[in-house]
Amino acid sequence: MGLIHEIDYGTKPGTATRLVHVNIDGQSIAVPEGTSVMRAAMELGTQIPKLCATDMLDSFGSCRLCLVEIEGRAGTPASCTTPVAEGMVVHTQNAKLAKLRRGVMELYISDHPLDCLTCSANGDCELQDMAGAVGLREVRYGYDGENHLDSVKDVSNPYFQFDPAKCIVCSRCVRACEEVQGTFALTIEGSGFSSKVSPGIGESFFDSECVSCGACVQACPTATLMEKSVIEIGQPEHSQVTTCAYCGVGCTFKAEMRGEEVVRMVPYKDGKANHGHSCVKGRFAWGYATHKDRITKPMIRARITDPWREVSWDEAIAHTAAEFKRIQAKYGRDSIGGITSSRCTNEETFLVQKLVRAGFGNNNVDTCARVCHSPTGYGLKSTFGTSAGTQDFDSVDQADVILVIGANPTDGHPVFASRMKKRLREGAKLIVVDPRRIDLVRTPHVKADYHLPLRPGTNVAVINALAHVIVTEGLVDEAFVRERCDIADFAEWAAFIAEEQNSPEAVSALSGVPADLIRKAARLYAAGGNGAIYYGLGVTEHSQGSTTVIAIANLAMATGNIGRPGVGVNPLRGQNNVQGSCDMGSFPHEFSGYRHVSDDATRQMFEAVWNVPLSGEPGLRIPNMLDAAVSGTFMGLYIQGEDIVQSDPDTKHITAGLAAMECVVVQDLFLNETANFAHVFLPGSTFLEKDGTFTNAERRIQRVRKVMAPKNGYGDWEVTQLLANALGMQMNYTHPSEIMDEIARLTPTFSGVSYAALDRMGSIQWPCNEQMPEGTPTMHVGHFVIGKGKFIITDYVATDERTGPRFPLLLTTGRILSQYNVGAQTRRTENKLWHEEDLLEIHPHDAENRGIKDGDWVKLASRAGETALRAKITDRMALGVVYTTFHHPETQANVITTDFSDWATNCPEYKVTAVQISPSNGPTDWQTKYQHLSDQARRIAVAGAAE
Amino acid sequence: MSPEKLVYMANQIAKFFVHKNDDEAIAGIAEHIKSFWEKRMLTEIYAYLDADGTGLDDRAKKALQRLRDASPLSVT
Repeated sequence: MGLIHEIDYGTKPGTATRLVHVNIDGQSIAVPEGTSVMRAAMELGTQIPKLCATDMLDSFGSCRLCLVEIEGRAGTPASCTTPVAEGMVVHTQNAKLAKLRRGVMELYISDHPLDCLTCSANGDCELQDMAGAVGLREVRYGYDGENHLDSVKDVSNPYFQFDPAKCIVCSRCVRACEEVQGTFALTIEGSGFSSKVSPGIGESFFDSECVSCGACVQACPTATLMEKSVIEIGQPEHSQVTTCAYCGVGCTFKAEMRGEEVVRMVPYKDGKANHGHSCVKGRFAWGYATHKDRITKPMIRARITDPWREVSWDEAIAHTAAEFKRIQAKYGRDSIGGITSSRCTNEETFLVQKLVRAGFGNNNVDTCARVCHSPTGYGLKSTFGTSAGTQDFDSVDQADVILVIGANPTDGHPVFASRMKKRLREGAKLIVVDPRRIDLVRTPHVKADYHLPLRPGTNVAVINALAHVIVTEGLVDEAFVRERCDIADFAEWAAFIAEEQNSPEAVSALSGVPADLIRKAARLYAAGGNGAIYYGLGVTEHSQGSTTVIAIANLAMATGNIGRPGVGVNPLRGQNNVQGSCDMGSFPHEFSGYRHVSDDATRQMFEAVWNVPLSGEPGLRIPNMLDAAVSGTFMGLYIQGEDIVQSDPDTKHITAGLAAMECVVVQDLFLNETANFAHVFLPGSTFLEKDGTFTNAERRIQRVRKVMAPKNGYGDWEVTQLLANALGMQMNYTHPSEIMDEIARLTPTFSGVSYAALDRMGSIQWPCNEQMPEGTPTMHVGHFVIGKGKFIITDYVATDERTGPRFPLLLTTGRILSQYNVGAQTRRTENKLWHEEDLLEIHPHDAENRGIKDGDWVKLASRAGETALRAKITDRMALGVVYTTFHHPETQANVITTDFSDWATNCPEYKVTAVQISPSNGPTDWQTKYQHLSDQARRIAVAGAAE
Repeated sequence: MSPEKLVYMANQIAKFFVHKNDDEAIAGIAEHIKSFWEKRMLTEIYAYLDADGTGLDDRAKKALQRLRDASPLSVT
């Protein structure tokens, strides 16, 4: 296995359908009209020397190295900026061109250090390559004159350095920041000889607006912008294509290695989700895989107050199996269950739910989607017939109006946000519905046409009001509704939505959004061309989360914005494999492919393959499991790769449930907060250490490929298999591909999926079956999966979580760019430099009223509990609303959130908690006590010592 | 599991069907509970229903009665 070298065609591909015939150095080729001469040549295998050109960026034409001669044209035009023309005859190499290029190279090298042997880019430097390509043999200009060789390096960024001495001012980094990332953090400062790349005005990279996506580093043709890992380790010698284990975008990367050591993760241009782009997490924050905190040996203990004792895998597995058997014998078959992980692979989640259903003999299996996107599954299945988003990410390129509801893509899904921002810069309109002024509302060269800063908890009312305008102002796409939807349902819904209670004027009072703003936004979405809705947890994590998803689906159907590129309903999934974990049958009421356990035909199919009778009754959801634990009927839990103590709401309720159980098994990379309440710890493996697949937010199944041996000895699927066999099951998979084959056999929407098919196609969007053998980028084309689209009435019901004199503010929670979920991974990387602690964002007036200054400790209290953290005063918050993240266990923000939840799915209402804030001196008593408990719970007995 | 919590959940479900007529609402509530509630939850709320069902939405009450009549819980 060698290093994967992707071809750089120099410029982007032509997109026209008309072909143009050209002759280049005697060879003929037909390429789409608009293709550059440089690209056409490269498609013939002729690499024209270049420095400022790269196919990730628009043509620039500054380096003057790619000059060619074209018969019938004067001069030597730059091939990167010259489009092909019918009958064009091009010469890329002759004596005149060679002389010109050498002259250009000589000037570049005259102000470039000649330290190639000790340079970090040695072997991977385009400047070095081009010097060779043009046959540069001497540089006549010495270093006596003015030069940049003594320029000072900027090493402020933890992941890469900027060495201006090596910069050739090709502007590739500046253009990458603008065109690919859309942050506009870099510029060329000065002019002429004084020109230099600059992050902001006199700022270091770290202090600038740079978001460390790595696009500039990737674009740099020299060692000017270079990963510190390459400087430290050296150039990689082999690579493997794999999928990022962070958010639901599912970026494809090349893991570039030296032996078993990762040198760097480089975004893969052929990745269908990211097209060669990345964010600070996927690109750089993989160091947690080898962090010293990682636990690699199994551990057990009799009581959670005991220190851990390291044991062999055999002992740990045998002990766990014996405990689960003992509990079932004592408390009944239904007294144990499992939680699958949205950070693990499809194959691993499928095995955990199989273990529960076929091994434990019940359906007590759930997943972290319970607390994020379970309403998406319910809402979209009820209206469209499929529990998933309708589009691929590329669809955004054809959107005319983008409606973002309860999502913060630049922080949560940054690589897709860059695509979205690009489309917005091209002229698409933007409507943002969010209590906060998220970055998309106002970011360089992007400004929302309408921002509806609604009061938390009023999503349904506001979406109903948007629909009210559409229905009452004659903006319904009647032809679409007549042809594609159930007319009787539509009529009933339209009559409801036209009621005065749903008018913008009525809704304005309770949502705080001016009626006029709602009306304008509705008109734009309905009549502005292709309307695409993107939403996140600000939609789902409410007591009416499922109702909101249904309301969104109604809105899309009413306007005909379903069933073609550029439109649709697009849930932005949180964790890397949350879509996959749902697809794989992780919910207690469904087998893989979203088929209810009570469906006899489906159940019999699974029984036949698994050779065991299965329960046809739904099992317990996570919150129900914890309730049952407190009641004394649920005593054992196998948790793979989740940290419910930190991530789930109402921490005191979670910990009470866990503490009541007799055997809690945590399988994870680290001793997370849930492990504080565990009796068995089974060490987990990272995405770098195993084979498998993840499924991203666009239903795209992608390969995860092993690049190093598991530090704990086993992939997570192997650990589940060991446990299953210890419980008497017969699991004999020798590779995850065999698990996928079983998934395909048992799941109609996956019937065409196999590792061979994935290797052939790169990735597959389900459904993939006989009807759609290449997968399905756009759902519901021609007809809905459910048949006729189903409009459902969505009454607004105010949450029971109300503000009042004691708790006058509303808390809403979310995430930030540099951290991920509970932070278990990102906190163990240099990303901590950007976010060392959770902060409470407060509107200036709310802060002033309480005598709180920026940086002060504040106590945050709700009916559920209290914690303390530092204040960040910002007018991005609406008056009366505060915001924080839940990335740090020291804060435990979820001690504040309540156990109110979505009516249909029990997805917690994280986004609405009535709170009060007040000045504080530091952590609360609860935090201090929890820290003590946490320290005690993490003790590991010294080997050989008595327990 | 506390009956108060189950009553709250059942009433939440009932609110979703507030615009439906009695027959449709009761059928909808019953179907939802049947699809998603585990046996222990049903046992608990049936017991509460038998006690007096105070606080349960009328339609939720009827849905639970219908559900129990249609598929009585087996003793395990």
